[in-house]
Amino acid sequence: MTTKNTEQNPGGMRGFFVRLGGLDRRWIFLAMGLSIAVPILLKLRFPEVPGPMARATFEAIESLPNGSRVLLSFDFDPASKAELQPMANALVHHCASKGHKIVFMALWPLGKQMADQAIKEILLEYHGDKYEYGTDYVQLGFKAGNEGVIKVLTTNIAEAYPTDASGAAVSGLPLVADARDLGSFGLVSTISAGYPGAKEWVQYGRESMKPEARLTSGSTGVQASQLFPYYPAQLNGLLVAVKGAAEYETLVTEKYPVDRNSERLEQGRIRMGPQLVAHLLMIALIVLGNIAMIASRGSQGGAR
Amino acid sequence: MMRRTIPMLILASAGLLLIVAKFSPFTVSWQETVLGWFNILAAVAFVLGAGNLLAVNLEQISSRRPGWAYAAITLFAFAVTLVVGMFKVGAVPNGMHPDIHLAGAHDVPQAPFGWIYDYMLVPLTSTMFAMLAFYVASAAFRAFRAKNIEAILLLGTAFIILLSQTAAGMFLTGWIPEDSVFSFLRLDVMKRGITEHIQTAGMRAITIGIALGVAATSLRLIFGIDKSYLSKT
Amino acid sequence: MLRIWRVPAMLAALLALTATAPFAALPPDPADVSAVDRPGDGGAAVFVRWRVPAPDETARAIVERSRTVAEATRDGAADEPWILVAEVDPLAGAGDGYLVSGLPNSKGDRHASDEIVFRVAFIGTDGERTPAIEAAPVVARANAFLLDKIPLAIVCVIVSAAVLAWILLARAGWSVKIRRIAALEAIDEAVGRATEMGRSVLFVPGIQDMNDIQTVAGVTILGRVAKTAAEYDAKLEVPTSRSIVMTAARETVQSAHFAAGRPETYDESSIRYITDEQFGYVAYVAGRMVREKPAACFYMGAFYAESLVLAENGNAIGAIQVAGTAEASQLPFFVAACDYTLIGEEFYAASAYLSGERDQLGSIKGQDLGKLFAAAAIVVGAVLATLASLSPSGPMAGASTAFRAFFGG
Repeated sequence: MTTKNTEQNPGGMRGFFVRLGGLDRRWIFLAMGLSIAVPILLKLRFPEVPGPMARATFEAIESLPNGSRVLLSFDFDPASKAELQPMANALVHHCASKGHKIVFMALWPLGKQMADQAIKEILLEYHGDKYEYGTDYVQLGFKAGNEGVIKVLTTNIAEAYPTDASGAAVSGLPLVADARDLGSFGLVSTISAGYPGAKEWVQYGRESMKPEARLTSGSTGVQASQLFPYYPAQLNGLLVAVKGAAEYETLVTEKYPVDRNSERLEQGRIRMGPQLVAHLLMIALIVLGNIAMIASRGSQGGAR
Repeated sequence: MMRRTIPMLILASAGLLLIVAKFSPFTVSWQETVLGWFNILAAVAFVLGAGNLLAVNLEQISSRRPGWAYAAITLFAFAVTLVVGMFKVGAVPNGMHPDIHLAGAHDVPQAPFGWIYDYMLVPLTSTMFAMLAFYVASAAFRAFRAKNIEAILLLGTAFIILLSQTAAGMFLTGWIPEDSVFSFLRLDVMKRGITEHIQTAGMRAITIGIALGVAATSLRLIFGIDKSYLSKT
Repeated sequence: MLRIWRVPAMLAALLALTATAPFAALPPDPADVSAVDRPGDGGAAVFVRWRVPAPDETARAIVERSRTVAEATRDGAADEPWILVAEVDPLAGAGDGYLVSGLPNSKGDRHASDEIVFRVAFIGTDGERTPAIEAAPVVARANAFLLDKIPLAIVCVIVSAAVLAWILLARAGWSVKIRRIAALEAIDEAVGRATEMGRSVLFVPGIQDMNDIQTVAGVTILGRVAKTAAEYDAKLEVPTSRSIVMTAARETVQSAHFAAGRPETYDESSIRYITDEQFGYVAYVAGRMVREKPAACFYMGAFYAESLVLAENGNAIGAIQVAGTAEASQLPFFVAACDYTLIGEEFYAASAYLSGERDQLGSIKGQDLGKLFAAAAIVVGAVLATLASLSPSGPMAGASTAFRAFFGG
């Protein structure tokens, strides 16, 4: 009896690993919580080496003539803000540093607020002296209709957006009044968390843009796999998740550094610290899970 | 009989119209009309949903069933947000029409509705989304077991992607020159190979299957072969 | 005498040459300028054509157009009447011509523009501009059929014909054996287990509305789950995130109870609307799962980030879980956390599979034929592209380009 019990619940190291297989998931939650909280509190930072997609995005914007008209679509909401706002901030700073005229819009209801934040914290904070509403930037806000909005934009901006987000007629805003359709923009960039987003911009917007115009996207990690087929033919640049944001931020701030509140443009890199520790924890968990499986197989074999 | 025939006719005509609209610009306005009808139906149904929400939660409160306090909180939050949003309580006056209260902006942080959004909805939504990190960790611990060759391949791929998405990838293999013959051992190069070729190929195959599934399902519905979504009563 | 006259003549010629020197590089005016509506399109596009008499002397071409009535009203009469369309290579007007798209529609007709006059001027190699030559007025009209959609129409017809043909063949008695789908076979097992344990069955029909075909497919499977639950007398709960889905789910479940011969056990209040807000809905369902501990959980429909939250909670409470979605990005999460998963096309085939009707099973066969067509196209495309890369100037390169262009590449 004693022998049998020992075989079913082996002691020592093997027993420890067998019991580990049935670990209460709350311990895993705690470990994950700590692996994110501690690097945030310690402000762990690691150097980023930009990959080809981040470089392509940077080049797409960098190679536009200064002062080009660009359209930034904020197609995400607070749920994915942690993943996407850093790249949105870097994108706005990059466009503004090049003096591009920026039109903001959103296909997601709460995307307008995300754009408002980027305008307030980046555009007006670092470039407020040279950016005047109506001539240098315009906030069109959210428009319901998903890909239908993009379809209308391909023919007539004023039809999709007769007014800006504050209710002012676009005919009185020179930046938009002079733009007829998507063909009037040198760059369209969507920061996208799903539907409607990057895929719809490629499917419905790309062909109405000028051939030399650029279409780029920032995307959450989860939906990136659906966008890879479009890069680099239809999407000239693609930033994937916090990693993409961190790489792009590195490129942007190296060329266009800011003199105050620089942390606002380092959010991607700041978030890479917790990401590193969390990923290492996941690898450790997977390894432990497999050791537990092997240990329990061994103990079952012993019992037989 | 009519209860099933008329919806089927509506579905068939709307479905065919949406297909034709893809090919003929002259039917686009009809398509917009059909989609407009759906939006109207959804708006009306929202009232139905709100009514159901009220009924279910009031019933829970009145019968003091377990968790009735949560039902009370739900109704309170629903009522406050509805009133504050609908009547634009505390809205910031519009510069062009300062006398017209309803022309004011209610979604700015200074207005109560904007405050609810910024300080309640945003943190709550972000919190729910952030919980994914915890569930991913527990799912990885439980599900990623090297039970067979396929699972081992999956495991190896997961390690490569997890490491290459962080600074660890560069730390471990960044020293291998990008132009050397061993560059394929760099984690970032392996990740690109996996995501841009293997994953994309698999995703395309699944997407083609899904598209054909959508086509076959749509045809079954349009031609009235599949009627399972309709009530038989 | 003659020689004396020659001197002033030569001088005059020299003077004339000197006088015209600044205009020496001014190219000849554009010739044969015309503007024609692009055929087979959705309107708003015109080809502008012109001929370049002296290409060597012409640096650029300027294309301008007149304002439409609405634009003239908006901008006022004092403005320059011509709008610059593009400054392009002078040879861009050859062949089909230079495509001008995005032209505004007429106020009174959404399928045509106002009459628009195009004009073309050349810029010479030294920057001098020739007078602009006007083309006859043109109207950009929408056509009845979009020519660039012909390949799509052909593919559409092939796939539809395959599906419909197989439906007819199935009716005629052809064999339509479909492989076993474990996830659908598990429905009875899962509901039976819930009944034995005296716990409820949870069905989540995704978070999209009824205009998403995934929701329709989910509600169809709900019918089968509800029928089984009614037969076993198990309690079924269906929280929905859209009001119309709640209404459709009620109809379906009621119908299933009638079909099971148990109309009296139908409980309308078990199918309820929660909220449209994605994570508010997830919070409710996850909380409900932890409190009520359903023994069987079905996730059938369109899911996004909430997929893993739901499936992991279901896993933690020990429920038997069956998922089905066509959201490719969420499939890995369901596969990792659920007992059975309907992957993409299986999810759409579920309705036909569960019905067991020959017509419906035939449609799945037709769908497979479509898949065969897609696979053949991929193989042909890959072979052509490979041959083209081996001989970039050979005939295969042209064939590869044409093949890709046909499929919109």
